[in-house]
Amino acid sequence: MIAALRKEFLLQWRTRTQAVAVFVFGATSLLLFSFAIGPNSAALRQHAAGFLWLGLLLSSTLTLSESFHSEMENRALEGLLLLPASPRVLYYGKALANTIQLMTLGVALVPVMVVLYDAGTTRIPTLFLIIILGSAGISAPGTLYSAMTSQARSKQTLLPLLLFPLIVPVLLASVKATSLAILGDPMGEGRSWMALLIAFNGIYWALCGLLFDRVVED
Amino acid sequence: MATDPKFPKLPHFLMALGVVCLLVGSYLGLFVAPPEHYMGEVQRIMYVHVPTAWNWMLAVLFAFGSAVAFLLTSNFKWDARVEAGLEVSSLLGFLLCCQGAIWAKPTWGVWWDWDPRLTSTAVLLCSSAGILALRRFIDDPAKRAVLSSVATVIAAVDLPIVYFSVRWWNSLHQMQSSPQTVSSSFHLPLRLNAFGILFLMSGFIALRARIAAQRLEGELAPPPQEMVGELA
Repeated sequence: MIAALRKEFLLQWRTRTQAVAVFVFGATSLLLFSFAIGPNSAALRQHAAGFLWLGLLLSSTLTLSESFHSEMENRALEGLLLLPASPRVLYYGKALANTIQLMTLGVALVPVMVVLYDAGTTRIPTLFLIIILGSAGISAPGTLYSAMTSQARSKQTLLPLLLFPLIVPVLLASVKATSLAILGDPMGEGRSWMALLIAFNGIYWALCGLLFDRVVED
Repeated sequence: MATDPKFPKLPHFLMALGVVCLLVGSYLGLFVAPPEHYMGEVQRIMYVHVPTAWNWMLAVLFAFGSAVAFLLTSNFKWDARVEAGLEVSSLLGFLLCCQGAIWAKPTWGVWWDWDPRLTSTAVLLCSSAGILALRRFIDDPAKRAVLSSVATVIAAVDLPIVYFSVRWWNSLHQMQSSPQTVSSSFHLPLRLNAFGILFLMSGFIALRARIAAQRLEGELAPPPQEMVGELA
């Protein structure tokens, strides 16, 4: 598991230009969303959480669709499957690496959001927790779908097509919880959205790990 | 393989029976049953909308069951059923959304509302359309069967989560209609149409699965002897 994670980090470090490009893409989409609303600072602040998560979601398709690229080249995946380790370890290593990558991106996009939409918050730990849970929720099914679509033609189209409907609950809960963290949470509703995120993560981290064996078997 | 089905004419019989039930049920619903007290004539769309919703859920359940069965047995007849179930459920889901929009405009004043039932229906419709697209983009039949079954299982598990998450969001759609919640004069057309769509849907699924099975048989068959000779 540690070795699988190390492999992922090494790969990500060697393609770090891509991570920078994805960050620029996310920041650009945040900039573009503000044009949809117009220069209405109250409305922008109101929708800041939604824009942040949409930006993160759109960027995630870029990182996720590349996620199995190096495994598919030269049939490296077959070599990895021959190792005396369960394919499940491979999945969890990759999903964890994707989570961390997405989380870093999310944390990096927060200052952009604060500057562009004037959506500052003092609840920094809560915001980080939401970003961790949301990134994990996108990565668990995202990694599995990435493994599936990498075996199909036109994977760039298929991945969002399959992934976006699936992560509606994650998007909804993350947006709502982030919004409550920014705009204030007098009723204490944030906790129930976090519970939903935790439940989603629990179900999908277990289920996708279970199904991954079938996806990569020959 | 289902190339030689036990009851070759059964789907046709079911479909004919379904059409008869639908015709009689719709006649009763449109002309015999009294109009509803509050909604008036508009409410008559219930006689197709509610049966479509029930049968759509059955079709989704069928696709999910077939996907689980394929993952457990690796028998390709289940893959053909997954394909048939997904396709028919997409059709029913699409019809359901259209009928719902037609009913919603005069009663709620909008075509669409972000309520749990509508949102989860839309999400499931998008998911099944996505899986059908995935199937078209994989050439290897074995790979295609496994991947679409996995995607079907994942999408089906997601549905209750979507439903409850949007339920926390807000709610407008009325509670489910069942023979217990509607007046007794509405029962007969509702039941007849429900069985009509059920028979029609079963016939469609059976025929579609048969086509899928035949196509699979063609794909899985070894190449003809003369081609093998050429390759060697």
